[in-house]
Amino acid sequence: MSTLIEADGVCKSFGGLQALSECSLSVPKGSISGLIGPNGSGKTTLFNVMTGYERPTAGEIRFDGTAITGATPEKVFGLGVGRTFQITRLFFRLTVLENILVATQRHEGWLRSVARRAGSAAEHDRALEMLEFVGLGRLANSPAGNLSYGQRKLLELASLLVADPAVLLLDEPTAGVNPVLIEQLSERIRELNRAGKTFLVVEHNMEFVMGLCHEVTVLHQGRTLVNGTPEEVRANPAVLDAYLGGGDDDDF
Amino acid sequence: MTARLPFRALLVGVAIVILGVFPLVFSNPTTTSIAVFTLIFMVAASSWNMFSGYSGYIALGHAVYFGVGAYALTLLANHLGFAAGWGVFALVPVAGIIAGLVAIPTGVIALRARRHTFVVITIAFMFIFQLAASNFAFTGGSSGLQPPTPLWSAASYNDHFYYVAAVILVATVLLSWLVRRSRFGLQLFAIRDDEERARGLGVRVGRVKLSAFVLSAIPIGMVGGVYAYFLGQIFPQFAFDPLFDLSIALMAFIGGLGTVWGPLLGALVLESLQQYFTVQSGASQVYLIIYGGLFLAVILLLPRGLIPSVEDLIRRWRTRGGAQDRATEEGGGDRTADVVKAAGAR
Amino acid sequence: MNASSLAKAVIDGILTGGVYALMAAGLTLIFGVMDIINIAQGALIVLGAYMSYVLSVHLGIDLFLGLIITIPAFFVLGVFIEWAFMRRLRDQERTAMSILVTYAVAIIIEGILSVIFGADFVQLQASYINSSFHLLGFYLPYIYVFGFLLALVLLGVLYYILYRTHFGRGVRGSLQNRSAAELIGVNVNRVRALSVGIGVSVTAAGGMVFGATNSFNPSSGYDLISRLLSIVILGGLGSIGGALVAAVFMVTLEDVVAVVWSPVWATLVYYASLIVVLSFMPNGLFGRAAVRAQ
Repeated sequence: MSTLIEADGVCKSFGGLQALSECSLSVPKGSISGLIGPNGSGKTTLFNVMTGYERPTAGEIRFDGTAITGATPEKVFGLGVGRTFQITRLFFRLTVLENILVATQRHEGWLRSVARRAGSAAEHDRALEMLEFVGLGRLANSPAGNLSYGQRKLLELASLLVADPAVLLLDEPTAGVNPVLIEQLSERIRELNRAGKTFLVVEHNMEFVMGLCHEVTVLHQGRTLVNGTPEEVRANPAVLDAYLGGGDDDDF
Repeated sequence: MTARLPFRALLVGVAIVILGVFPLVFSNPTTTSIAVFTLIFMVAASSWNMFSGYSGYIALGHAVYFGVGAYALTLLANHLGFAAGWGVFALVPVAGIIAGLVAIPTGVIALRARRHTFVVITIAFMFIFQLAASNFAFTGGSSGLQPPTPLWSAASYNDHFYYVAAVILVATVLLSWLVRRSRFGLQLFAIRDDEERARGLGVRVGRVKLSAFVLSAIPIGMVGGVYAYFLGQIFPQFAFDPLFDLSIALMAFIGGLGTVWGPLLGALVLESLQQYFTVQSGASQVYLIIYGGLFLAVILLLPRGLIPSVEDLIRRWRTRGGAQDRATEEGGGDRTADVVKAAGAR
Repeated sequence: MNASSLAKAVIDGILTGGVYALMAAGLTLIFGVMDIINIAQGALIVLGAYMSYVLSVHLGIDLFLGLIITIPAFFVLGVFIEWAFMRRLRDQERTAMSILVTYAVAIIIEGILSVIFGADFVQLQASYINSSFHLLGFYLPYIYVFGFLLALVLLGVLYYILYRTHFGRGVRGSLQNRSAAELIGVNVNRVRALSVGIGVSVTAAGGMVFGATNSFNPSSGYDLISRLLSIVILGGLGSIGGALVAAVFMVTLEDVVAVVWSPVWATLVYYASLIVVLSFMPNGLFGRAAVRAQ
């Protein structure tokens, strides 16, 4: 399997704090990969670097073989990389449907984007389709701020999907979500994966990760510790050490 | 819901009729003079709102474009030898465009900063332009400039300016409405709600913000030109006036940031209040207290401004008994409602 | 233009800059802890000037002694403003709203002052205002030197509070990372209220010195706040040290330009320097780099 997105020797420091050191990770195309590690190991920082929200102090990010280090988040998304955030972020004052429409960006001239109504009929259809897929169809014109926690996560995911990204980076998708919804989420991810989408999932929920991912990478204090199948990782004593021993400051 | 669209169109129609007929009914020059200023502020507030209200970047330096428009019109009229009269109005759109051109470099510099710094940069630019205008010879220094004075009768003098301002107002409101329902507008609102996330969804925030900024400078430049011609005299401290910036922000805010009609309502209310208090000599400083108090009251009690709060009330009254249809004007429920209906009808 | 007038401009700049630094420190402190831009700071300085005016003219209290009354009074005022207006601002649009709210407070203050005192310009008077030190061939007006010393003392007190007390640690923690501070158990509401109180109390002192060295009227706040905002941004929002450096830099630059080139362009250079610095350092001299995600 070829690699779709990878981090190669990435280092990132914030002032005196070294968040990532020689961190390397590669996500095979068509896989569901997991990224785990104790709090403060740099998972979110790695996501930020991979999606252009932070520039690494050293190292490279490659998407489908091409270097994208330092590309802006807009560009990265345009290439087909979508991400969610640890704390669910939405456009809270827009409606659910509008949230989806923002992502259906067409590259049209400026004048047209001003003159035309937001979203053609086709785009609206697709947006509603996506909402149905995550079960939010009937809430299309509620303000996003009115959604429950779980619904918000689904909306965040749906907003990404509508742009048909090749790879999705999910930052703790099951945090604070009830078990029934977690199961649904698992199913949706598997469905999408069968349809060809690649996933990289950061999680603390071990069951979720072990049950879903084809391979898992463990991060500890900004370094890649181990990489392998869920069983291999679970059995590795170094991983246990990391979890029991480590975990200092919070991720930034 | 379908009934709403014609109802709104009717209201707009009525408003336009009132706009057109006003000076014929209230032909007293004092009244029409107030009306001209009110129209100017309505355009300015509406235009400012198109950028700041939609994107959430509070700019307090749009007086720059007002002043640039004022000076541009005056300088062009004087140096190109325009005869006083209707002809000078042809320079109004030019003044707007010049203001727009000035907005490009200033916008580029200001928008590189995050919101807090952005505000201060816009303020700094305002002072820079004011000081420059006071110090350069070609802008007349602190004595300012005078555009040509048309020889219209005292009775109908104001009416000419009124109608020009009215036309600009209609065009600006139309533009504001178009932007709001467009993809461009949606992107602006997304930037307002969460700019970083918008980037992650592919919105080219730099481009979008700058476009909105420049677009918002043009109508303000135009009414700056009208203002200069109307007053017959411009001074740097009034053409580039910090109070102008704060007034239009207040007006847009009271009416409802991010709405189309909010700034108009706000301008109407505040400008009338201001003029009322100016006329009442002796109370001219009390109006500041009332102004500020009114403002605080609105912020603390109706933080979304008058129009969204009223809309909410109406909606709640209409759908009492509970419905999920609570999308507000700010974000734009109209689109969604129509779409869902259309989808359901398929 | 000669070396001695240049030197005098630099000295004047430093002395005046110190006072502006004090007022700017208050502003940046409020921003750093509350994420709020206090536009009312200018109006509060003018209010401070008027309070000193009333105390000295109507009660015969010396300007500096009067600070014993005005500084605590302004502290209370600051706490009140935070409690009454700032606390209610929803986090989402905090900064935009804070600009509008504090502007409203500013115009109310201006309105009240106008009604009470009218629009005439006044200036604080004292025996030492019109006399100067004669030092090394320069005349240094007493009031400028005293004002500068006062600023140093108060900044020193501020430093002590921030760096040597438990409370100060809480404030600095909030300045760096609010959510982390909350998690550690810092009483955020208390820190906020007290920070605003401190931030406002310095305007009492700044107002007194300002009023003693400039004639002022109720509308003097606009020019003041514009200058202070520029200082705070140039120094970097939230950085008190930055505000200090920026204040001295900008004021001295302006004074020097006034002597070297022309007073007419000096103020323009003041504002232009902000733009120039920001073009190279978008976060100001000592500002925190914007954290892009989250």
